[in-house]
Amino acid sequence: MSELTELTIGQLHRRLRAREVSAVEVARAYLDRISAVDPKVGAYLTVTEELALAQAEAADRRLAEGRDVTPLTGVPLGIKDVLCTRGVRTTCASRMLERFVPPFNATVMDRLEAAGAVMLGKLNMDEFAMGSSTENSAFHVTRNPWDLERIPGGSSGGSAAAVAARTCAGSLGSDTGGSIRQPAAHCGVVGLKPTYGRVSRFGLVAFASSLDQVGPITRDVTDAALLLNAIAGHDPADSTSVPREVPDYTRALVEGMDGVRVGLPRQFFVAGLDPELEAAVRAGVRALEERGAQVVEVDLPHNEYAVAAYYLVAPAEACSNLSRYDGVRYTYRAAEAGNLIEMYKRSRSEAFGPEVKRRIMIGTYALSAGYYDAFYKKASQVRTLIVEDFARAFEACDVIAAPVTPTPAFRIGERVGDPLQMYLSDIFTISVNLAGIPGMSVPCGRTGAGLPVGLQLMAPYFGEDRLFRAAYNLERALGPGGAPPL
Amino acid sequence: MAAEKITRAEVEHVAHLARLHFSPEELDGFTRQLNEILAYVAKIEELDTECVEPTTHAIALTNAFREDEVRPGLDVADALANAPEGEDGQFVVPRVI
Repeated sequence: MSELTELTIGQLHRRLRAREVSAVEVARAYLDRISAVDPKVGAYLTVTEELALAQAEAADRRLAEGRDVTPLTGVPLGIKDVLCTRGVRTTCASRMLERFVPPFNATVMDRLEAAGAVMLGKLNMDEFAMGSSTENSAFHVTRNPWDLERIPGGSSGGSAAAVAARTCAGSLGSDTGGSIRQPAAHCGVVGLKPTYGRVSRFGLVAFASSLDQVGPITRDVTDAALLLNAIAGHDPADSTSVPREVPDYTRALVEGMDGVRVGLPRQFFVAGLDPELEAAVRAGVRALEERGAQVVEVDLPHNEYAVAAYYLVAPAEACSNLSRYDGVRYTYRAAEAGNLIEMYKRSRSEAFGPEVKRRIMIGTYALSAGYYDAFYKKASQVRTLIVEDFARAFEACDVIAAPVTPTPAFRIGERVGDPLQMYLSDIFTISVNLAGIPGMSVPCGRTGAGLPVGLQLMAPYFGEDRLFRAAYNLERALGPGGAPPL
Repeated sequence: MAAEKITRAEVEHVAHLARLHFSPEELDGFTRQLNEILAYVAKIEELDTECVEPTTHAIALTNAFREDEVRPGLDVADALANAPEGEDGQFVVPRVI
């Protein structure tokens, strides 16, 4: 492995800026690493070698002229294949979009391009971001770099696995019910779901519009702040984006937790939580306490209803969003359909995988005549109770600390036949999406079998700076997630 | 209601509404799985939400409009570029009439 692929974004920036290494050299080191390692991990769906080298050359020109250099100039990143990239196929890991080449960029991609970042390629995911293991990709399974027989988490499994495997310096994922934090925890990297509306969703292929949020996955906390600085901010093209000033998040990376109250939600430390994970999370909380934090117990009493509410709200929004895939406008059409309805049915049935169909069915049923009040409206009312729980909890504390997942990464295939069990993988992350608050997964040690454990931090709306401070202190106490033996 | 069983015939009807087609084996599988999932989500019935306003959007925004400016839209060729079949600037579909 090249020494270059071991550097964090912050370290890489210093080397590039000092002209000790060129952006092209860095890009080539990563492309070589992808060739060597990705056949085992399977994090990439598309590698954009030519584009990466062209962008690296452009970055080198910027660096040579000292013009518009940002912390991301010349830094190679991987992008979850749910974000539209102009001229580069964007599949959402679905046969439905297998040959879809967007004529426009997602706003976050425009922002990364403006910052001078280099795109190495598009990363594997659960089809249309529906899943918790990246086993639902129509193309291939991604493997956890720490144990190739296990899942990397999902749906941003490719994004987390690529960062852990050192096949990109950082990546973007999307989080609808935990899809950044859960794979970040399983792969031993940092994953941040920002406040809903903090980052533009324009060009993010919609799954559940009121829940989806784009965010960074990185090796350390500083890199997450650098990436969020680049992508956050109001976007007139996205009516859900919030017109609010973006602070420099690296300013929140300060030593010490004096005056910070860390809340421990009683309902997150219950039966079903793996004892090794609980021990690691509690050790992480003690580390924050030793750095000056005051630990208090808080209640989130409706968290036990979060998964149920989510699996009504998210599929309801999904079945509406996915109605656009009808065999007319987007790449896939079934052959020889006799009439229009038959064409719709055959195209959708052939091109969507089982999990996508399952969620379309749940959503269609929940929204159908006679069931709307009992399902969608009721779930939206439960959502209000969850929002109110967080508001009360944040009167007693500044950040909440909890596990990310109930168990370490499970074995590939272990839960494929049991969708309900799979849905419960996200039991500790879903309420954050329903409330719209920010959440972050930070590495906090490994199990006896060497599998990474993540600690989840949650903050009030637009409290990302609080997350960064707590996460930075945790990282200073415990160290970053480290590199798997690949 | 969630506690009620969803029948195979209902699953078939919902599939039609969703423009999906399932084989008999798939219908059996989906009926079983949907029943398990709906039984689980019925958990929310335990809660009294009589006086609770629904939340449909996490962040309340009002008048989130762009400036009323004329801007170029997607070019017709670009819009058709990803379609399975296009002709004379339009999407081609099977004969309807």
